Amino acid sequence: MELDEHLFRRESGRIVATLARIFGMHNLALAEDVAQDAFCRALEVWKFRGVPDNPSAWLMAAAKNRALDILRRERTALTYAPAFGRLFESEWTLAPVVEEQFGANMIKDSELRMMFTCCHPKLPEEAQVALILNILCGFSAGEIARAFLSTKAAIEKRISRSKRILAGSKDLFEASDADFPARLTAVQRALYLLFSEGYHGVSNERAVRAELCKEAMRLTALLSEHAPTATPATYALAALMCFDAARLPSRVDGDGNLSSLFGQDRSRWDGQLIAEGQAFLDLAATGTQMTEYHLEAAIASAHSTAAHADGTNWDRIVEMYDMLMTIRPSAIVELNRAVAIAQLNGPERGLEAVRAIRDQDRLKSYPFYFAALGELESQSGRHVTALRHLQEAARLARNPMERRFFEQRINESGRHSAE
Amino acid sequence: MSEFTYLFRGGAAPGSPELTQQRMQKWVAWMKELGQNGHLKDPGRPLDSDGKVVKGHAKTVTDGPYAETKDIVGGYLVIEAKDLDQAAEIAKGCPIFEAGGLVEIRPIMKMDM
Repeated sequence: MELDEHLFRRESGRIVATLARIFGMHNLALAEDVAQDAFCRALEVWKFRGVPDNPSAWLMAAAKNRALDILRRERTALTYAPAFGRLFESEWTLAPVVEEQFGANMIKDSELRMMFTCCHPKLPEEAQVALILNILCGFSAGEIARAFLSTKAAIEKRISRSKRILAGSKDLFEASDADFPARLTAVQRALYLLFSEGYHGVSNERAVRAELCKEAMRLTALLSEHAPTATPATYALAALMCFDAARLPSRVDGDGNLSSLFGQDRSRWDGQLIAEGQAFLDLAATGTQMTEYHLEAAIASAHSTAAHADGTNWDRIVEMYDMLMTIRPSAIVELNRAVAIAQLNGPERGLEAVRAIRDQDRLKSYPFYFAALGELESQSGRHVTALRHLQEAARLARNPMERRFFEQRINESGRHSAE
Repeated sequence: MSEFTYLFRGGAAPGSPELTQQRMQKWVAWMKELGQNGHLKDPGRPLDSDGKVVKGHAKTVTDGPYAETKDIVGGYLVIEAKDLDQAAEIAKGCPIFEAGGLVEIRPIMKMDM
């Protein structure tokens, strides 16, 4: 039978979340061992007998059986999740309680709770993202390091330190906790960062980055499918991801080269994802809450619904960036705003807006800052200045794909200055 | 045609769910290929890694047969091949080598006179 390419990775998150809920977060390592055991068992058995008809159910059953063995054998040696109190002490309650936790809805609930658990306020955002990838998406430290262009040792250290903090409370996060709204905001932010890492990130491996986007969308779908977490901000985040993901196929052309928003073949944008994004955006509009996700989704929507770059509603996009600057100001937002102003009012106005960026120093290592300067100078006819900026962009490129992209612009610009 | 046993020894565990799945899929593909080419006589069984050894006149029972992890037999199967050389050639397709394991090939003795 045809197997989902990343089935084990995905099941890993489901199994670990379920087992951590049963064993308690202080026994997370045990939960991870049991999951690993289930995969090794599958490897050994499926090798000889082939893939079973329902591989997910097989893996879940293997994990459940192993968990029951442990709960019976270590009944007195270990303390488990306080939420289950003494239910594991008697065989009468042990099996039915564990069985219930492995029901389809309970597994999703555990995944949700684990997401909230990972976004602990004592952890920095990048640690929360790494934990989500490790625990809920089944990425090893080495695989995370590859996606973030970091070292395995550094990621391992970050993850193990973070897990010690999570072990501070034994039960998974409860939706009834007073901290819920703040935690939900943190979860949305972590998923946004996870998606961005896939979309704009540094890794040169497209497959790896596409996986990060897919995982962020899968986890966001969990939020949007459940009442307390399906807020307008969640819908807006889901919309943003749909619009951006719709453009993924055309961001890189057939030769593996990066293509700018202006040069993309818009016929390759995924119409179905755009429609889904629009539906999420409609849902996001219920209520009075206006978040950065609403604004970013509205901007992405304006791009997605324009048949070509010139037909884009730049007026509206600039307006959205202005609002974004009041909600979540950053140098990158200001840079994007400047590019939109250039589209609306010409390159000179755009350059003025770039020069007005308050935190400009923060952009000095960002290649697309210099690329934007280069484009605007070039459009203003100052080709020598443009070339200097583009060369700086190429120097700062974070991977070969970016470097090729900037070098191509340099060549084009070089042709202009020779004319 | 003669029959041969493949004894699979050693092979490090994969480091992540993703790698485990990839390894598993390679094995499934290889086994399928053996079957399609008419070499698979008995798809065999995996062996658990724990065990006991009973030894000597005193019949001492000790845990585990193993000197070292890399020598543990993790499973077996029976194939059909023209001769030992072909059996060895076929074994080269086994994914166990990527994991640092080995295949021991033993002709099954013909029990005629």
